[in-house]
Amino acid sequence: MSMKETFERLKDRGEGALISYIMGGDPRPDLTPKIAEALIEGGVDILELGIPFSDPIADGPTIQAANLRALKSGTTPVRVLEIANQIKGYHNIPVVILTYYNIIFRIGLENFFDKAKKSKVDGIIVPDLPVEEAQDYKFIANKHGIDTIFLASPSTSIVRLKKIIEYTSGFLYIVSLFGVTGARKTLKRSTIRLIEKIIPYIKGKTPLAVGFGISQPYQVRSIIEAGADGAIVGSAFVEIIQKNEYDEDNMLNSIRNYANELKKATILEGE
Amino acid sequence: MKEFTKYPIDGKYGKYGGRFMPETLMSAVLDLEKAYLKLKNDQVFKKELDYYLSEYAGRPTSLYFAKNLSKKVGGAKIYLKREDLLHGGAHKINNTLGQALMAKKMRKNRVIAETGAGQHGVATAMACAVLGLKAEIYMGKEDIERQKLNVFRMNLLGAEVHPVGSGSKTLKDAINEALRDWVANVKTTYYLIGSVVGPHPYPMIVRDFQSVIGKEIKSQIMEKENRLPDALIACVGGGSNAMGTFYPFLDDHNVKLYGVEAGGHGIESGAHAASLCAGDEGILHGMLTYLLQDEHGQISTTHSISAGLDYPGVGPEHSFLKTMDRAKYVSMTDDKAVKAFIELSKTEGIIPALEPSHSLAYAIELAENMKKDDLIVVTLSGRGDKDVQVVADYLK
Repeated sequence: MSMKETFERLKDRGEGALISYIMGGDPRPDLTPKIAEALIEGGVDILELGIPFSDPIADGPTIQAANLRALKSGTTPVRVLEIANQIKGYHNIPVVILTYYNIIFRIGLENFFDKAKKSKVDGIIVPDLPVEEAQDYKFIANKHGIDTIFLASPSTSIVRLKKIIEYTSGFLYIVSLFGVTGARKTLKRSTIRLIEKIIPYIKGKTPLAVGFGISQPYQVRSIIEAGADGAIVGSAFVEIIQKNEYDEDNMLNSIRNYANELKKATILEGE
Repeated sequence: MKEFTKYPIDGKYGKYGGRFMPETLMSAVLDLEKAYLKLKNDQVFKKELDYYLSEYAGRPTSLYFAKNLSKKVGGAKIYLKREDLLHGGAHKINNTLGQALMAKKMRKNRVIAETGAGQHGVATAMACAVLGLKAEIYMGKEDIERQKLNVFRMNLLGAEVHPVGSGSKTLKDAINEALRDWVANVKTTYYLIGSVVGPHPYPMIVRDFQSVIGKEIKSQIMEKENRLPDALIACVGGGSNAMGTFYPFLDDHNVKLYGVEAGGHGIESGAHAASLCAGDEGILHGMLTYLLQDEHGQISTTHSISAGLDYPGVGPEHSFLKTMDRAKYVSMTDDKAVKAFIELSKTEGIIPALEPSHSLAYAIELAENMKKDDLIVVTLSGRGDKDVQVVADYLK
């Protein structure tokens, strides 16, 4: 199923998308497809898969540690694309690759998108690639029919937002707060205001999903109620993986259960 | 004709540079550019900066003819631009005074900075103390271990030092952590970067503030020799003293420019920090530039006896000057740098920092093969008091 179909189908059912992020190769490459399966069984609608990078400046301690574990287990960019391909072979859901720009630059834009296409990757997110630097990237991604998901943040001006909306496809990734990735217990009122501010500019064009700091069911519910089409949860899952690094069964069960709890929160009552 | 001095154009030096930053920091980076372009031509700002540079930091610094060293080498005349005589003992203060004044004008009272050896951290702490700003410095745990004295100096100057335990626990990770802080506190905080690195406009801002070095060299050598030098030599880690030395001469095509990188145990050993000599193009800390990285794009850990050169990237303008063949980049090993460190101490009674000891080592090799009336200027970017222990240990 394509990203577009996924969002449309969920919308028809009155649900928001649960988008999960995990790091490819964390703690080991052979475990990633199993973790992905647990997430999908739990109800995840779209899967984000990270390619580890040595210097992840947009990430807090939890995902920094995941980068290190994945690098330590010998995970290469090509290996993560192979894992994506493997997951796509078993599951009919969109898979999005998230990585820093040097990883893509090093392989080469054409080569990277060729490989991503062959691995049936649906979209790419690059947290350190702003629209100003993304012309060639966007052009080559379009040529390969791969979505380019750009980010908007609380500091994004309306002028920039319009440009970002032009560049983004698949969905728009709203950064909920000023800061790096990592689970937060509360949801700021400003996050809701941010969603409400952006909706008029994007409605009817591209779905919007909110991430950074989202880890609790009530946060997911608030975001979807505010009009977002999806909620992105990363660090909460990565923490489960970290805690159960040596207990595979517990890891997979906990992931499945937690995904299920979060998924329920995306289903709005009375619709 | 302005051939090389007209850059950056749209934030780029040729293809190098740019603004590869998380979206949350893009507005800050764009605002900073606007503020800088305005302040750059503001007479009040210029006057204030000049005041602090001369009365507080000790500018202009002398251009000293190293007669004994020149004679011993037996080739070209070697002049030393004495940035080691500045307040704080290094060229870093040229930039921190400029940027701290900017922070003040932009009404950001909290200043964050990264530091490797601690020189930029100390210079930031000084500028913030004198201008009444709060300074917080990120420093890798490994570097804190190696440079305890500088940590104490920063604290004494009223700055808070945050130890960084992520990654390789050195300068690159201190920059990562400063960027993470900036993402979270961008509204109230000024990020005072210490070299010609990072996203545009930082490489331009730091270059401009450091260009006082090259401007003074130009007028001083004209006064002494009535002509421009044949060669300028400066060490390159991030590359701020080199960029400040080179920039006013970029369009004087007869002046040869040499950047000297840290060769560590030798390029072939893999343990070095010579991004331009041995690296490839990539993207780190907001810029497209030469980097030391593996085949997959993971950033390498570096080695140099000099903590100030121990960085896997380099300012994007240096990458540009390299590919345009305007400047030549070479590397000198730990061993050669230590020899030059001792040589200058003995011949001229000047203990240089280990960073410019790399430049001196190259200057000695270059001067030998030049004519007696040829002129070389080496930027002595800092004094070596901080390095005596490291050198003592090295010689054991």
